[in-house]
Amino acid sequence: MFEIGLGHYLSLAAIIFAIGLAGVFLNRKNIIVILMSIELILLAVNINLVSFSIFINDLSGQIFTLFILTVAAAEAAIGLAIIVVYYRNSGTIRVQEIDKLKG
Amino acid sequence: MIVHAIFFYTFSLIAILSAIMVTVSRNTVHSVFFLILDFISVSCLFIMIGAEFLGMIMLIVYVGAVAVLFLFVVMMLNVVEQKNTLFESDSNGKHIPIGLLISLIIFFEVIIVIGGWKYKPDLLNSISLNISSELTNTHSLGYILYTDYIHLFQLSGIILLVAMIGAIVLTFRRRSGLKRQSYFKQISREKVEGVDLVSADSKKGVKIDV
Repeated sequence: MFEIGLGHYLSLAAIIFAIGLAGVFLNRKNIIVILMSIELILLAVNINLVSFSIFINDLSGQIFTLFILTVAAAEAAIGLAIIVVYYRNSGTIRVQEIDKLKG
Repeated sequence: MIVHAIFFYTFSLIAILSAIMVTVSRNTVHSVFFLILDFISVSCLFIMIGAEFLGMIMLIVYVGAVAVLFLFVVMMLNVVEQKNTLFESDSNGKHIPIGLLISLIIFFEVIIVIGGWKYKPDLLNSISLNISSELTNTHSLGYILYTDYIHLFQLSGIILLVAMIGAIVLTFRRRSGLKRQSYFKQISREKVEGVDLVSADSKKGVKIDV
């Protein structure tokens, strides 16, 4: 219980991953919150990589976490730009009213 | 060891609670704030576990850049009125049990994988990039990042460049009715069309409207 091992960090990452996934599924109103849930999922993956890297004593995991950080920043910038353009064109970013594709 | 455990449980509890608050919070601005809190506590965990460079980078990149970007977009799009009504949607809340079920199933799958997981016995001998105890975390990361992973590093720079150009191109809008500078016209102007020599008569003046 008081010996913090790899399993604790992996469980924390699993919990955050599940919360982010639930955020993507449950949210129906605001697409920015969906983007934030995706950031949570990436954060959980980062926790996994860093804890493995520390406990196996191998630095590759931290390098890959750096690359995931880069990709997450790029993804947030592009996603927010798309949201801004969509809001400018249609005046709403509610998930239920985004039905241009009739999906 | 007990102090370590106390810190771990504190920070992870804060991280989990703020992650929940990100998804269920009614106000989008509050969601962004809880996202910032989540990133801060996870970066504290990283610093505690020994990956201090990543923890600091996490603070700089997420809290300094991404969260401010989110806040800026939330402010610009005026979504504060569009409440994040999670549990009283107009589709009678049919999506809530299915979404919860799917995320719970995935959570338990991941937990099962973690529970039945072991190291391969020869794993620890087959590692090429060891963490040496003399160097700090930042030093050793730099030694590896700029030698073994230099191509990936430069590729990630290109990814950032493409993202920047893409964001600018997406949100750029040419508005009508603005007076703009035309560099081509300015540079290709000749002396002949710029200067007009007029021979003026005495005591009559010259009319100089173009």
